[in-house]
Amino acid sequence: MSLVITDLHAQLEDGTEILKGVTLEIPAGEVHAIMGPNGSGKSTLSKVISGHEGYEVTAGSVTLDGEDILEMSIDERSRAGVFLAFQYPAEVPGVSNANFIRAALQARLPKGQELDAVAYYKSLYEKMDLLEMDRKFTARAVNEGFSGGEKKRNEILQMLMLEPKYCILDETDSGLDIDALKIVAKGVNAMRSTDRGMLLITHYQRLLDYIKPDVVHVMSAGRIVKTGGPELALELEEKGYDFLKELTVA
Amino acid sequence: MSATLEPTASILDLAPETAPDLPAWFAERQRAAWQRFLETPAPTRRDETWRFSNLKQLDFSSYLADVPVPEDTGSIIETSVGVESPAAKYIFVNETLIEIDSKLPENVICLPLAEALLLHPDLVEKTFMLQDTRLGSAKWAALHEARVSNGLFVHVPDGVEVEGTIEVFHWLAGDRAAIFPHTLIVTGAQSKVRVIDYFQSAESEQEGLCIAFNDLCAGPGSKLDYLAIQAFNEKTRVIQINETGVAKEASATGFILNTGAAWARNEAMSRLTGEGSRSDMLSVSVPAREQEFDQRTFQHHVSPGATSDLLYKNSLYDRARTIFSGLIFVDEGAHRTDAYQTCRNLFMSEDAEAHSMPGLEINADDVKCSHGSTSAQISEEEIFYLRARGIDPHRARQLIARGFSVEVIERLGDEKVEETVLRFLDDKFSRIAGGGA
Repeated sequence: MSLVITDLHAQLEDGTEILKGVTLEIPAGEVHAIMGPNGSGKSTLSKVISGHEGYEVTAGSVTLDGEDILEMSIDERSRAGVFLAFQYPAEVPGVSNANFIRAALQARLPKGQELDAVAYYKSLYEKMDLLEMDRKFTARAVNEGFSGGEKKRNEILQMLMLEPKYCILDETDSGLDIDALKIVAKGVNAMRSTDRGMLLITHYQRLLDYIKPDVVHVMSAGRIVKTGGPELALELEEKGYDFLKELTVA
Repeated sequence: MSATLEPTASILDLAPETAPDLPAWFAERQRAAWQRFLETPAPTRRDETWRFSNLKQLDFSSYLADVPVPEDTGSIIETSVGVESPAAKYIFVNETLIEIDSKLPENVICLPLAEALLLHPDLVEKTFMLQDTRLGSAKWAALHEARVSNGLFVHVPDGVEVEGTIEVFHWLAGDRAAIFPHTLIVTGAQSKVRVIDYFQSAESEQEGLCIAFNDLCAGPGSKLDYLAIQAFNEKTRVIQINETGVAKEASATGFILNTGAAWARNEAMSRLTGEGSRSDMLSVSVPAREQEFDQRTFQHHVSPGATSDLLYKNSLYDRARTIFSGLIFVDEGAHRTDAYQTCRNLFMSEDAEAHSMPGLEINADDVKCSHGSTSAQISEEEIFYLRARGIDPHRARQLIARGFSVEVIERLGDEKVEETVLRFLDDKFSRIAGGGA
């Protein structure tokens, strides 16, 4: 059981190639981190996996437990078990957070079956408590007027509620102060399990102090250029991204 | 009040007859109104107030006066569902009262108009249709005045706050039936009331016409909330004219939901006649298929220190069409005016069409006024976000369009009322989902 990305190439509508052959395997039960400088293609990778229509896949494959997900629509991929925690979550005016998450859960049920509202709210409140989110966030419009930290917590709340098989967290640490980061990490760590794979995309090592990865990949210019254990993140932190230049040449 | 006319008579051909027991002043008003109707020319393309309008919709010759009420009204009564436990509930079919249920205190006068004319003729005369219709429908207002036979009269005495909601259901039944319902609400000083009019059709395929008028007179310091939920079938044409006068320190809210009708014309006029008065003008329209909604508004600041705030939102599906024309008019001396006007169109289809004509005329100093209109397609970023959570594209678009409307509905400030409005809105969305409109 794993999320397997093989020789993935993707380009923008104007033909600019961003992913130039990414190969990566995230087995269920493991937490992987991708680090890399700005513009290396980290965020693009997360968007391509979740099906963003702004990118065209020109070669390669992505499979989820053996199933080709590149053939699936955006929402099918989500229902199949891929979750992307957005770096910049959209605001959806007039749609309450509670109704939004409920619609997402409802979408996973067979036709004609209604979500149990009482059980839903019980579960929602439990998860909000874990993330130290005020109850008022259930009635507020999705992400509208939320601070950066509140938006990130809201992403993790959705992840906790949807219980995906594979979680991709795109720069979840950016814009968080240390207290918010700890709370977010608590939520993510609560999701770690032997049947779930996680991919953390981050620019800084800081997040990895709170969420210990099993494997660290370094991405540069659209490719994975180095893979190692947690010590690789520390090495990057120490040497800076300049040290990638040697790797890319090699 | 003409109970014995041939049901085949066109509403345009035969002069209406006021019921003999009604006051003489009212009979005279109806007679004069009929004359005015005959003499007033029909609107043309050159009239600014009918710019972009579909004038073909104004041929009312095929509608019939006095179409009888169906024998069995059981299903109509059963489907007259508004807010949970209303303060009072009235059900009219073709302007005939068929059901009444009131828990109102005795000092509140709340009566079918036909009865109010008999029991409180002086009170009605003081407030009934006193203003000139300025937004284009003078001819149709005259036709309404000439033909109106019923509706609701509400008079809340000074200092009385009506708990809950007064509801009025106006049903159209029978092919080519026409109704002219009137809602007249007068609030005394420091009083409070909320009235909801529901407009519906008994059958989905019968053509109908409704020329409705609501007169809202908010007395000093009072709070008057009026909602119109227009959910006729798609064969019906509607003209709905609103006149609101807001006295010193009073607050009036007028809300309209348009989900039904083939064509609906709304004219809303708020006159802020007292210092510190406030008028909220709100509208949500969800036209689909070939539906057309044509809305004209006027925020008239007569007194200084008053506030008016207009927010109209349209979600347009299929080949739907909307027109919004609004004017903020600040009189000389109406200093410290706060006036806002916003019309937003959300395009759910590339074939839909929206015209927005915001306007502003200021003759006073020290005013805060803004007006604007926006038109946009649904944001791809929002769609992607919802789909990335597993919500299919159709449902995602629906949630966003609903959310767009909810922003207006939330301003009603009462949970039970908001739920009721949302029920009608969701009903419309589910019909859009089902391929109908």
